[in-house]
Parts: sequence; structure tokens; C-alpha cells
Amino acid sequence: MEIEKKLLKKASLEKLFEKLKADGKKMYAPVKKDKLVNFALVDTFGEICDDYILTVKSAKSVAFPKIEKIVDYEHSKNSSKAIDIDVSNFPEVVLWGVRPCDAVGFDSLDAIFTWDYKDNIYLARLEKTSIISFSCFKSDNNCFCTSVNGNPGGTKGSDILLTKISNGDYLVEIITEKGKQIIAKAPELFEAAPTEEKDKNLTNVPIKFNVKDITENSAKFFENDLWVEQSLRCIGCGACAFVCPTCACFDIQDESAGKNGTRLRLWDSCCFSLFTMHTSGHNPREVQSQRWRQRIMHKFSYMPERLNVVGCIGCGRCSRACPVDMNISEHLINLAEEVKK
Amino acid sequence: MDDIRKKAKELLENKTVQVVIGYGKGSGEEARAIFVRDAAKTDQLIFDETCLQNLAVYILKHEVKHLGKIAIVATSSVLRSIMILASEQQLKDGDLVVLGITSDGKYIDLPNFKAIEDYLATLNVSITDKEKELLKMIDAMTMEERWAWWQNEFSKCFKCYACRSACPMCYCPKCTTDSNQPQWIPVASHQLGNMEWHLMRAMHLAGRCINCGECAKACPMDIPLNLLTYKMIDEMNANFGVTVGMKPDAVFALSTFKNEDKENFIR
Ligand code: SF4
Ligand code: SF4
Ligand code: SF4
Ligand code: SF4
Ligand code: SF4
Repeated sequence: MEIEKKLLKKASLEKLFEKLKADGKKMYAPVKKDKLVNFALVDTFGEICDDYILTVKSAKSVAFPKIEKIVDYEHSKNSSKAIDIDVSNFPEVVLWGVRPCDAVGFDSLDAIFTWDYKDNIYLARLEKTSIISFSCFKSDNNCFCTSVNGNPGGTKGSDILLTKISNGDYLVEIITEKGKQIIAKAPELFEAAPTEEKDKNLTNVPIKFNVKDITENSAKFFENDLWVEQSLRCIGCGACAFVCPTCACFDIQDESAGKNGTRLRLWDSCCFSLFTMHTSGHNPREVQSQRWRQRIMHKFSYMPERLNVVGCIGCGRCSRACPVDMNISEHLINLAEEVKK
Repeated sequence: MDDIRKKAKELLENKTVQVVIGYGKGSGEEARAIFVRDAAKTDQLIFDETCLQNLAVYILKHEVKHLGKIAIVATSSVLRSIMILASEQQLKDGDLVVLGITSDGKYIDLPNFKAIEDYLATLNVSITDKEKELLKMIDAMTMEERWAWWQNEFSKCFKCYACRSACPMCYCPKCTTDSNQPQWIPVASHQLGNMEWHLMRAMHLAGRCINCGECAKACPMDIPLNLLTYKMIDEMNANFGVTVGMKPDAVFALSTFKNEDKENFIR
């Protein structure tokens, strides 16, 4: 679909929000609570925070929440029954205020959740979600979208992208069919596209490394002291994976009361030492350097190779969240340099 | 600081140790942990007010132990952690070389546990005024308010366990919360699961927490969970008169049983 462009007046932004809300959509938008900005269910436009680079947690929760029921079960004397989750009841959601990198993040999740088995729960949630992104006019040193094929005004993954122009109005880019349907809820709010160039309103994110140096050469550094060098200070928690828009690993746990219960899908992280622990006690990823390598290789080698997408969108959240300053772009620059040696 | 670099260099050169754990320049404003294994690189060691991490968390990490004998740049938090680890039989005197450092960056020679104990006795190791105020604020709440306050904080938790990983005293190879057969506490990060995790963590650290603040600093969701263990410090102090982490052979008030105990409920 060709991208259609329009103008939305500054004052009409709130009206668009109200229209979608009135249409019965659940509106998730960045909200500042106790100093942190994160996506939350909002009732009024006034609750939305517009002064943020990125939310601490990514937007992935709408389709891949930290806890997802995947099946209910019942046991009785002579039978066992599995009861599927009713995916038809998931709500219609609008994700408002997503950054372009986060929108691309859903491509990685899609690739994983449809690779072999089509994950009906994830797909049903995403199907009901419309993504309204806002281009970035601010960034920090941890942002590196431009090094992984993204950009602060990128349209990929979004249904609609809004870019604030110099007079405070918005350039609207309608990217998908879902985006069109959203505009159709309030056509009166939209006017002919502004002539002002989009790019001059975007933040500048310098390119830090050439991603192909890494994705095409991973075989060269699988066995390398660099992994130990980089990961000695890593304490093996789940912070980086849990804030990451593309990390999709999960754990399965049952919660039961008597003979009946629910099977849950919970976020997990390859950086936990127990992640690969076998029942026998053997752990194929025995040390943190192997786990750190897995984190990087999964995103920059296995995913590009098998799923045709880079598994990192350069949001820098993991670097911001890491308690011990494991700065991912710094480590990727090291790898790209290593290849050239 | 030059003294520390010189000492570190010496230790590596004469192979007394194979690695020096200290602080180096970070990618942002805060310094990061570095692991110097080459005498020529000891000038990467720094010390200033941005050197905050409690490096003791690395002492028992097997990837670090595997490198050989350790020397560690030790702030008062590191020293107190060492005292706990020693009291819990995780460290013996002489297992590592301690490069003591004062808050203004002066090297202090601490050749053995006794020297550490004597040095710690000269320090004020209480929590900060800001933390005291927060505790007071929580104490002043009614039970209902307190419940609501903590529920709001716990609701942000997603069980990434950065708090646990950052704490030198959370060294269990398999944490209680990771057990799923049986599940001692709910594994999922829902309201009950979060609350039980925090209660359990606080209880496991009661009388062992040395108020380094690392757990709260590590939390990506900014949950002031250190206040729970700090409250325990107050309780320990009030009930048993102990300041935690001051000597290498401490008897733990909450995990010690004596026949002559004046309470008889336990018998
Ligand atoms: S790995 Fe880090 S920078 Fe890349 S997408 Fe995940 S959180 Fe963002
Ligand atoms: S890189 Fe940082 S956030 Fe990730 S596991 Fe290691 S210490 Fe935790
Ligand atoms: S670091 Fe914070 S979010 Fe993570 S488990 Fe601990 S309290 Fe929860
Ligand atoms: S919370 Fe308790 S069981 Fe878990 S690592 Fe800490 S001390 Fe060990
Ligand atoms: S303040 Fe937190 S990290 Fe430090 S010892 Fe206490 S519980 Fe552990």
C-alpha cells in the first residue's frame, strides 16, 4: 500500500484520541508514574506524557504480556480435559505514542511467533492492535536505530506515523489498511499534507556500526575471547530481556488448585543461568559468556539467518536498564571491529 | 588512587593474584566494574564519586573465581559484604586480597579479616538521611496505607531479578523462587507472585543485608525494595543490638539456636 500523507492540527490530536476512545478502543499510551514513563491504559488525553525518549518497558506487552494464560486444565477420576483460551474476546487496542523502533520490534516478534507454529494467542492480540507511532525529535546516546536499518522517522511496523512539524501540527502518514480505518473514524480532522520536509523535524541518530559486518560474519567470532571480556561484569539477570521489544523467550508454568489449573506463559531470559539447565543438572550454557553470546548471536546471527530479520531494533533499552552498564552498542562496535582485524 | 594502581600492578606482576576487580570508566555517568588481568592495564582503575557498585557481588561468581585469585577494590560496602560472606563460611581469611579504599579514594592496607573488622569499627555505617526519612514516612502510615503503598510499588515488578543478581548476599545457586517442583512461591509476576517474592527476599536478607542499596539501584522499575531490608536492619538493631556485617565470625540472630535460649517456643 502506498503511504498517504495528511495534516493533523495540533488541537485535533486530542479529538482523534477522543474519537478512538469513544469507538470503544482500549487506549494504551505513555504515562509518567512515579518518575518512570511506561505504556498504560489511559482514559483521558491529559494523562498521556509527551516528554519522553522511550518508555522503560517496550510496547510488546500488548501482544506478548509478561503473563499469558495458554490453556486451562481439569482432571477428574476418569478424564483429563484441556480447555483452550478463547481468543475471540481480546479487546480492540490502540497503542498510542509508540516510537518507530518499537513498531519495527513487532516484526521480530511476528517472525518468531509464526516461524513454525503459528501462535494463535499472540496473533489474535496483535490483530486487534493498531499502532499509532510518533517520530522522534529527541534521542540519547543509547539509541542506535540507524545502525540496525531503522530511523527516527521510520514508517515500518506502524499503522499511522505522526511527525511533529515546526508549527506544532502533525504530518500524518497512513501506512496500512488498519491505519486507513483509524483515519476513517474521524475524517473531518485531517487536512491536505503540509509541504514542510519531514526529516528536518527528526532527531539525528549517528550510525555507530555497519550491521552487515556483524550479521554476515558471525561464524568468525563465535569462538572469541571477546565474549568473556564483555560479559565478566554481567550479573545474569533478566532486566535486558524484559525491557526489550524483540526478546520473545518464555517459560511455561502451571498454577493449580487441586486437580484443576492454568498453564501460563511467562517472560524468560537467556541470561539467567537456569535458562538452559537440564533436569540432569547439566547446563550446556555453563558460564555467563556463553549466555551473553547467545543474546547477541540470537539477534544478530540466528534471526537474520533463519527468519530474515535482525532481532534488535536499536532502542537501547537494555543498555539503560542494565544494572552494570553492559552497553550493547559499545559491544556491537567491538564485534564489528573484531571482524576487520 | 595511585596507591591502589601501584598495589594492583604489583599483585599482578608478582602473580599474587590473577585478577583485580575494581572500577573503570563507564559508558555513561557511572563507573563500571572492570576485571584487570594484565599489569599493564592497571591504569584503567579509577575511583571517584561515580564508583558506586558493590563489587562484592563478583567474589563468588564462578566465572570470576575461575580466573584465579582475586584482589578487590573494597569500599565499606564491599568490606561489610566480605564480613557476611566470611561469617557464612563462603570465604576464608586469605582467600582474596582486599584493597581497602576510603570514600575519598585513599588506599588502606587491610591484610586480614581482623584488620577489616578494626577498620569497620571506626566507620559510621548507617543508612542515609533520605532513606531514614522514607522509612519514617512508611512507619507513620496506617496499616491500610502501607499495604496500598507497597502494592503500588510491587505492581511495577516484572520479576527480572536484577535486585537478586546485584546483591552479594543473594548467592544461592538456585534461588527459592526458581523452584517450580514444588513452587514455594508463585513463579508468575502477578500481584500475589510479586508480593511473595518481595516478602521472601526481605526475610532471606533480614540480618544479612548491609544496606549497600545495590538491589534498589539495579531495579529497572525504580522500586525502593531496599527499604524492606533496611527496616529489617532497624528491627535487628532494636531487638538484638547487632549491626550487620561488622565482623567475620558473626552469629546470625535469626538463624542460630541455642539450648539456653530464654524463649521456649522453639524447643
Ligand atoms: S537488544 Fe537492546 S537495543 Fe536491541 S531491541 Fe532489545 S532492548 Fe533494544
Ligand atoms: S546484560 Fe545487564 S541486564 Fe542483561 S543480564 Fe547482564 S547484567 Fe542483567
Ligand atoms: S529488579 Fe525490580 S522489577 Fe526486577 S525483580 Fe527486582 S524488584 Fe522486580
Ligand atoms: S532470595 Fe533467598 S533464596 Fe533467593 S538468592 Fe536471595 S537469599 Fe537465596
Ligand atoms: S541493600 Fe540490597 S543489595 Fe545491598 S545487601 Fe541489602 S538486600 Fe543486598
